[in-house]
Amino acid sequence: MIINGIAIEHTFAEAFGMTATRILITAQNAHWARVAGATMTGFATSVIGCGVEAGIESEIPPEDSPDGRPGVSVLLFAVSGEELAKQVERRVGQCVLTCPSTAVFAGMESEKPVPLGKNLRYFGDGHQIAKQIGGRRFWRVPVMDGEFLCAEYTARTSAVGGGNFLVLGRSREQVLAACEGAVRAIRRLPNVLLPFPGGIARSGSKVGSKYKSLMASTNDAYCPTLRGQVESRLGPEIASVLEIVINGLTEADVREATRVGIQAVCALGAAAGIERISAGNYGGKLGKFHFHLRELMA
Amino acid sequence: MNPLTLQLRERPAQRVDMSAFTPDRLAGMTPDAIGHIALWQGNRQVPAGDLFRVTGTEPADIRIEADSERLDWIGAGMTQGSIRVEGHAGAYLGRAMRGGTIRVSGGAGPFAATGMSGGSLRIDGNCGDFLGAPIPGERHGMRGGLVEVRGDAGDRAGDRLRRGTILIAGRAGDYCASRMIAGTIVVLGGTGTHAGLAMRRGTLLLSSAPDLPPSFNDNGPQDLGFLTLLADALRALDPPFSELHARGTRVRRWLGDLGYDGRGEVLCWV
Repeated sequence: MIINGIAIEHTFAEAFGMTATRILITAQNAHWARVAGATMTGFATSVIGCGVEAGIESEIPPEDSPDGRPGVSVLLFAVSGEELAKQVERRVGQCVLTCPSTAVFAGMESEKPVPLGKNLRYFGDGHQIAKQIGGRRFWRVPVMDGEFLCAEYTARTSAVGGGNFLVLGRSREQVLAACEGAVRAIRRLPNVLLPFPGGIARSGSKVGSKYKSLMASTNDAYCPTLRGQVESRLGPEIASVLEIVINGLTEADVREATRVGIQAVCALGAAAGIERISAGNYGGKLGKFHFHLRELMA
Repeated sequence: MNPLTLQLRERPAQRVDMSAFTPDRLAGMTPDAIGHIALWQGNRQVPAGDLFRVTGTEPADIRIEADSERLDWIGAGMTQGSIRVEGHAGAYLGRAMRGGTIRVSGGAGPFAATGMSGGSLRIDGNCGDFLGAPIPGERHGMRGGLVEVRGDAGDRAGDRLRRGTILIAGRAGDYCASRMIAGTIVVLGGTGTHAGLAMRRGTLLLSSAPDLPPSFNDNGPQDLGFLTLLADALRALDPPFSELHARGTRVRRWLGDLGYDGRGEVLCWV
């Protein structure tokens, strides 16, 4: 399959089941909401080293936010509900509770609760106030700029993590520019998260390593500097490869985000220096979600 | 839907216990069987059919047409469905109610919403003393649900309120929110003397400065975000309660009653 001169490889992306939650952070203005959202989702690119994959999903205008102030919606993905709860509590406690003027609310409903203010309330040292409003419990924790208002619980849902596609091109500049366009297109979609820096990963990995202590190591088949030394997947025309990793609340969300991202890259055409689109998988044995690129783009 | 309608034949000489008429208790009963229910009137029992003309078939939706203030215990213990009273309700309206809705077009007597733990109760007129309070012997007042009073409330409104929300569009009498344990009371028309006396926790939200006991401390002006959530939660109601968001989130705040835990708050919009 070739779209606009760019080859779509006959392969598939392999994704895994995760669990995810959404929280809403509001603040006095959009700047401080963004600050809180960015701070609590820092160092959250991969569950392997960060415990959680997290990022700002979208900005929320005052008319759509729970307390009439501007806010951001934050998505967090983890491998287990327990780890998710731990990370949410730690990150909200250190990064949102501390951030001037913020309040935090549940961003989704389900039967699986994730504590939000349930334990953070104890920061109030006995002066915290519970308020039941509209059937939900909120906590008002006295802080030095007034009150930190937070919902007692948010909720989590099963989700899909690790959807991906690789962009292969003639130079790093050209591949990065194409990926930036894809990230912009995907970030307009709801329910998806691109956990890596700027939405793009350069250190794609394979399972295993020659070193016993490492579970994963560089994806040598796609490293241009190893061409000729290992069994490379790169032809002589490929100088750079970048990966966009996609987490979504549902399989359909990841599917649509992958399609939109590839479409944005292909819209640039081969003239922009892009040669091929590929995807990362583990032979289909590890992840239960498979996204076949040619089916997506058909 | 053909609501089950109870039309009062004539004003009763004695007080009548209406607790038999809830959607739960009347489920599956025919109008004829309902007419044979024995009701306490004063110190004797009479068939319901002697007091009321019973029509309609849908007991989940009960309509009581009665111009009498002697019909007590309306909706007592109900858990679902709706009761609409065209006229007045007596004492103990919605007593120990757990769900469903009650709406009274006129006023209600004392002890409305006592022991209530869920559902919603709306009184379009005035109500008597002890709204949402405990009856003698009980430790707690209302424990959940929503009460709207569109007129004035008597004394001791919200006494020992444990949870839930009481909204009063008119004035509340003396000792409003006395001994309050938690929950929320909103009074838009002013309160009598000694508001919040012996209050432990909870929120009393007012539109005009209250006459508080000396055991309250002035906490100064505050900007409280939870008021937006509260106003939003009430937006579906009729005015004036649907319009609370226009009053904003800036309030003057008093804390007390310092003789009784002192974690309650009295707020007044500025």
